[in-house]
Amino acid sequence: MKNKVNIDIPEELAGVGKLEPFEGSFTKLKKGWMEEKTVPPPNKAKMPHSNKMCESLREAIIKSNPKDGMTVSFHHHLRGGDNLICESIKILAELGIKDITLAASSLTTAHDPILPYFKDGTITQIYASGIRGELGRAIAEGVLPKPFVIHSHGGRVRSVHTGKIKIDLAILAASASDIEGNATGAHGKSAFGSMGYAAIDSWYAKQVIVVTDNIVDYPCVPQSITQNYIDYVVKVDSIGDPSKIAGGTTRITKAPMDLQIARLAAEVIERSGELKEGFSFQVGAGGASLAVAKYIRKIMKKRAIKGSFLLGGVTSYGVDMLNEGLFSSIFDVQSFDAAVSSSLMENPYHIEIPAGLYANPFNCGCMTNKLDIVVLGALEIDTNFNVNVITGSEGYVRGASGGHSDTASGATLTVVVCPSFRGRIPIVKKKVHTIVTPGESIDVLVTERGICVNPQRPELKANLEAAGIKVKDIEALANEVEGITGLAKPIETTDRIVGIVEYRDGTVIDVIRQVKE
Amino acid sequence: MELKQKAQAGSFESSDILVMVEPVEKGAGRLIELKSIVMQQFGEDLLKQIHANLDKFAIADVRLIINDKGALPPTVSARLETALKRAAQLQTGTLN
Repeated sequence: MKNKVNIDIPEELAGVGKLEPFEGSFTKLKKGWMEEKTVPPPNKAKMPHSNKMCESLREAIIKSNPKDGMTVSFHHHLRGGDNLICESIKILAELGIKDITLAASSLTTAHDPILPYFKDGTITQIYASGIRGELGRAIAEGVLPKPFVIHSHGGRVRSVHTGKIKIDLAILAASASDIEGNATGAHGKSAFGSMGYAAIDSWYAKQVIVVTDNIVDYPCVPQSITQNYIDYVVKVDSIGDPSKIAGGTTRITKAPMDLQIARLAAEVIERSGELKEGFSFQVGAGGASLAVAKYIRKIMKKRAIKGSFLLGGVTSYGVDMLNEGLFSSIFDVQSFDAAVSSSLMENPYHIEIPAGLYANPFNCGCMTNKLDIVVLGALEIDTNFNVNVITGSEGYVRGASGGHSDTASGATLTVVVCPSFRGRIPIVKKKVHTIVTPGESIDVLVTERGICVNPQRPELKANLEAAGIKVKDIEALANEVEGITGLAKPIETTDRIVGIVEYRDGTVIDVIRQVKE
Repeated sequence: MELKQKAQAGSFESSDILVMVEPVEKGAGRLIELKSIVMQQFGEDLLKQIHANLDKFAIADVRLIINDKGALPPTVSARLETALKRAAQLQTGTLN
């Protein structure tokens, strides 16, 4: 059956179950309550003054009573420096555990070493917001027997609440913890900032292990994770590569094209009518997206506008804007660089939030619903404004859904910034390989070659044109790009569905088919 | 066009293409080694374009070693033409 973005979705898929087709961003949500049941979190007990400390990660994993077919979860706040996922999977494999569902909030190239465990039956399914590197290539080629599921950051929380993801064991890295498992990422030699994605795992997993390279005196403050959810605590020498976990500040790009796109996007935002006193704002951390913040900062200073809150993945650039008084607060679900950690520790208006408060669609008001302006990137965008942020030009998984569809649906003004083509690869095109965020959530596309407004937003187009900004038809832009790059040969796939892309409400917006080798 | 010496044009930078030309014996044909980061999407287009350029300069026998980093079609033709003209000693290289 076809979903709202015209993708054929099978009624059922072995390894995933019944599929519900995507019917529009708010079709399921608008009635205000959900049919899906919330699964109960586990009830557990410990004797007074019992000891949670384990000698090694291996000991803690053995104590958690691992079984074939289990689901193991992790967070990805350690970014490219993470070593815990690889270490844990290695231990589980050595213990002979098979048929594991890996439910990591995201997987990066740091996790390439677990590829052998995809091939030997140790890991058979993945739930993640993003998958990259060797893993992304292998799963697109169909290495896993069960289809992988791509979810958004908000959608992951919903999946755990509703029992689609049933976590048997959560292994949570922390840069500081006390012996009871009160833990944080805000300080310590491996400080990585917010632990926003880990909170839900600690609440719902049957067993929870906190792993740290830094045991501190009781109590560990701030308590990003609290002791009442933690079964075991492990002290290890290292949770990963500190230079990659806590590596410096994020710099604004110097690439001329990204800067030009960012400058244009800032102009669009200024003229949209949404840049006003008390506005809330989110930008991605990549290239042109973060660079928009640089120009918005200038405009805010010039026009003496003060914003309300910054949201999402937080960079030191956002912290600078908070410290300059341009925004009154930051809600931080994930920190992108080391400089953010100290702000999280010291500034009470730099607030760590769990992923559910950030973006879960099944609650009474996630923060993304309160967003005024968000600036997002794209790997591809089609002439219906549908955005792909998950599969690359060869059909492999090499990106992340992240908060893309969450923020795009919530924000009043959703701006996508990207070059119209990269190298010879068209970005603005008639059809994208995989849809992650539906075009109905995107208001305006800004490229170096033209600005396109979604026809759903005629008033926005009128505002921009009144301000002297030229607006281009997206079909015309796609044709222009095709004229420059030539028509790319479509990616060859088999009929086998190797993965699905869930929309934030749990419906299926697209499927990913096996790439022919 | 008669090819007299080895020559090259272009670079191994993103969005550029490196073309190396080598004269071969008459009757050897067009020996083309093409590598491209966009092989899957544009491999056939690239080959077609290379042959069209060789036709244009009436070259039947040549060895071409081409490494493409996603160059646009006008760049491909320009680099190829320059490399061929250098090989035919109709144009000197910028490093000569």
